[in-house]
Amino acid sequence: MSTSNFTRRGLLKTGAVTGAGLALPTIFTSGAMAFTNEPTGGSVTLGFNVPQSGAYADEGADELRAYELAVEHLNGGGDGGMMNTFSSKVLEGNGIMGKKVEFVTGDTQTKSDAARASAKSMIEKDGAVMITGGSSSGVAIAVQGLCQEAGVIFMAGLTHSNDTTGKDKKANGFRHFFNAYMSAAALAPVLKNLYGTDRKAYHLTADYSWGWTQEESIAAATEAMGWETVNKVRTPLGAGDFSSYITPILQTDADVLVLNHYGGDMVNSLTNAVQFGLRDKMVNGKNFEIVVPLYSRLMARGAGANVKGIHGSTNWHWSLQDEGSKAFVKSFGTKYGFPPSQAAHTVYCQTLLYADAVARAGSFNPCAVGEALEDFQFDGLGNGPTLYRAGDHQCFKDVLVVRGKENPTSEFDLLEVVEVTPAAQVTYDVDHPMFAGGALGECNAG
Amino acid sequence: METILSQLLNGLDKGSAYALIALGLTLIFGTLGVVNFAHGAIFMIGAFCAVTLSRIFSISFETIDPTKTDFLGNPAVIKTPYVEAWFGPEMGHWLIDWSVPLAILFSIPIMIAVGYIMERGLIKHFYKRPHADQILVTFGLAIVLQEVIKYFYGANPISTPAPEAFKGSYDFGALLGFEANRIVYPYWRLVYFMFAAVVISAVFSFLRFTTFGMVVRAGMADRETVGLLGINIDRRFTFMFGLAAAVAGTAGVMYAPVLSPNYHMGMDFLVLSFVVVVVGGMGSLPGAVAAGFLLGVLESFASMNEVKSIIPGIDQIIIYVVAIVILLTRPRGLMGKKGVMED
Repeated sequence: MSTSNFTRRGLLKTGAVTGAGLALPTIFTSGAMAFTNEPTGGSVTLGFNVPQSGAYADEGADELRAYELAVEHLNGGGDGGMMNTFSSKVLEGNGIMGKKVEFVTGDTQTKSDAARASAKSMIEKDGAVMITGGSSSGVAIAVQGLCQEAGVIFMAGLTHSNDTTGKDKKANGFRHFFNAYMSAAALAPVLKNLYGTDRKAYHLTADYSWGWTQEESIAAATEAMGWETVNKVRTPLGAGDFSSYITPILQTDADVLVLNHYGGDMVNSLTNAVQFGLRDKMVNGKNFEIVVPLYSRLMARGAGANVKGIHGSTNWHWSLQDEGSKAFVKSFGTKYGFPPSQAAHTVYCQTLLYADAVARAGSFNPCAVGEALEDFQFDGLGNGPTLYRAGDHQCFKDVLVVRGKENPTSEFDLLEVVEVTPAAQVTYDVDHPMFAGGALGECNAG
Repeated sequence: METILSQLLNGLDKGSAYALIALGLTLIFGTLGVVNFAHGAIFMIGAFCAVTLSRIFSISFETIDPTKTDFLGNPAVIKTPYVEAWFGPEMGHWLIDWSVPLAILFSIPIMIAVGYIMERGLIKHFYKRPHADQILVTFGLAIVLQEVIKYFYGANPISTPAPEAFKGSYDFGALLGFEANRIVYPYWRLVYFMFAAVVISAVFSFLRFTTFGMVVRAGMADRETVGLLGINIDRRFTFMFGLAAAVAGTAGVMYAPVLSPNYHMGMDFLVLSFVVVVVGGMGSLPGAVAAGFLLGVLESFASMNEVKSIIPGIDQIIIYVVAIVILLTRPRGLMGKKGVMED
């Protein structure tokens, strides 16, 4: 036989106390913190997550310079840079919504796990309300996923893979930088004019997310204009000496080499290709040509004279003559003594765009910020009028086709812009097959 | 056939670099019994000696050219190298153009000094410690050295071209009766191969035909007995450490035009070179050289499309597969002494 001490009144009391106890943290949480890291004092913290060591450390250093410049301008210091030319005029140089902008930095080491760890630390320990940076698509995709889970905004830095705003896109992630599809769409007409429609292309491709989508995009665009793809060879990341991948090209009838490489790999593979005489080779009565779909000035410096006459695409270049670009180059160049890279430009823009979206939304809530960024149209940040498309959080703007300069006048004057491809020419549908396989999902405020 | 010949040439070239680094590693292991994980960093410092001399020759004075503007729109600063002002434009240009070969002379005393300081300042304290301790301390030293280089030179590769006279490539295919331009080999890589052959021959001749070399070889065989004869074998072994550093350093200098130097190039070569040493046989100089060329050639063949289509990814693991097979069947390596890494 069992006995029970429960009474109806006791059960009601216990239920009420338990219910109140369970509800208590929610009440406190919802009252004190409506979303992850809601700024409560006189300042707001941004997390700058860039490669400070590893192969892309120079690009990371340039990104950090641009971030610091953006913070200085947001807080009312310096000459204001592109805040003066930005079409949106809500930023007043008093921080973001009156809160002084502070920042913390992390080292991604260009490794996904290290990048996630440093972003997590900035969100949980430093209270960063927004994470930005990176210099690799693998890293960007990993950190974007983390920010989605944590409920903060991710303003991607240097990431060129279609997947970042394709199959791996997230509601909390936004990309100002262009992508592999846009590079191919901008390059193809220029290549057609330069080299004709009867060409045979051989691809060497970095064996990871960015390389695969770059190869897919450029092969599709060139095949559409009549080129034949002879071979696609995947090369290990950081292979060092690419000579054993270059020499088989000599034994084919290929007359174009497409180097889907970036950073040190591009420097090495291009150097090898030139050493093995590919620039001087004639195939079927045509000059053998080399194409580097994604260029950067920092890479061009590493490759030296080997870049002369070689075409590729870039997101932005310091020689642009629009008012925004001139203001940024003046501001950056005066502070640091050399012109900014495209990496510096894109992260500076991302910081201003985030601050502007907060100010327009009147809230740091990531869902409100996301809403303010979606389908936002702006100008004055270089590359002409730009759209932050709501469907995939990808920016659409003019894309530059550049060529390695034959007679550089300075150590910075390595590339020249040969074509500014209008945004309309590089725009694609949200459900384009190259970007399929993922969903933006719902915004997460934490 | 053309592809095989091309990859054979590539393999010999890669093998030259592996063999030169492995030679130095083996010299240090054979004489001092130290497993030196900082040896790749010495190769990297050698490459940066070429970068440094090139920059020294390019040090310039500045004049303002009011007719041109810089990127900020200010009057342009024109830089004129001092060597052109001092020696005339032609001689000055020649010095800058030939800075890589000239850097060999510049690097030898530097590398010997680096090796001497490394050995006297740190490594000698670890002679009687286990190999694991030696690996840890030299690996740490390698990281310190590469971070120092990164601090001064940045993380991006630095273009360091070969002299104009060695630009372009030689058409081996035409020589062998094949179609023109199907088997070519860059002139500078030919220079590198010949340089490796000369250095390897010089080291072997030094050890084989000089009294100093004979004493060192005797010391490698029985250090205590040589010491009992009143010979300061420790001093000779310290010299051998400096010699090994000079070999790796000059190998790095000459490698600079092959691939633009960067701060982690030493690490890229180090692990592979250790595998080369193990495959060749720890302590065996001929083994290190033979294994260097063998693995360089195998690595090149493994990167052929025809091979990768049968075994995907083989190009990235071939060296380790060979190492596993050799260690399982012949733990002392191809030409190693009995008892070294063998029960």
